[in-house]
Amino acid sequence: MEEVLFFISALGALGGALGVIAMRNPFYSVLALIVHLFSLASLFLLLTSAFVAAAQVVVYAGAVMVLYVFVVAYVGGGGESAWEPIPGQRFLAPLLGIALFVELSVAVLSSSLLALGEDGPDVRAGFGDPAAIGRLLLEKFLLPFEAASILLLIAAVGAIVLASNRRYGERDTPDEPSPNREEGVSLSP
Amino acid sequence: MNTEWFIVLSALLFATGAMGILIRRSPMVILLCLELMLNAGNLALVAFSRMVGNGQGQVFAVIVMVVAACEVVVGLGLIVAIFRRRLPLNVDDLRELRG
Repeated sequence: MEEVLFFISALGALGGALGVIAMRNPFYSVLALIVHLFSLASLFLLLTSAFVAAAQVVVYAGAVMVLYVFVVAYVGGGGESAWEPIPGQRFLAPLLGIALFVELSVAVLSSSLLALGEDGPDVRAGFGDPAAIGRLLLEKFLLPFEAASILLLIAAVGAIVLASNRRYGERDTPDEPSPNREEGVSLSP
Repeated sequence: MNTEWFIVLSALLFATGAMGILIRRSPMVILLCLELMLNAGNLALVAFSRMVGNGQGQVFAVIVMVVAACEVVVGLGLIVAIFRRRLPLNVDDLRELRG
């Protein structure tokens, strides 16, 4: 049963990943990534980490992908040019990808981690549920938790500054009074 | 399931993402491929956390998710800014900083 679930989820994850890089239209790439993320969430559930799976679905497939869909709808698809700065890049890249996969697999599987071939120890019932993760986050990893929240705040402010209408280095013309200019970032377009 | 299977799948997904970054030109798809690579790293972290029987790897995975969300927000803000300035959305054309 576990094996069947693993192979179904692995096929979904791999198919989604290949769909992301194969689709011409970025909108379909985003949809393929959503398939990939849901498959990955079921893999996380197989690894008895319920909180990470839930966060994957809620944060990634819910919030981040909606952001992607909006930006793709705003910017539009746009064809990719056939011009290649490095000759044969499209044929060299899969070779490099296969080489990277072989290298990573050899590096991990030939390491001296003896527990790699086992199922892992039996864990108690609450392993990986929100209570356990929350206790770890707020007791042992409090400083990284706070740093992550500050990072999120800085990223949100940075995105507003980057995507706002105001261009840097432009002088305000007296003809168009805008009361928000003096406060720094203007939120209204 | 053995941990090996998850690790090999994670390596495969990582290589797929790296291949996508090398092949595609659109900055949006390159961001999506970055997501693929970060998620492959997350899968390896959670698999090793299960192998050790310790929940700390899952905390790492959650923090990686936060970093990925920040990266997406800033990257999409840059894409919107590039689009507003009527510049081409193609990483091969945006090469003025190359020197």
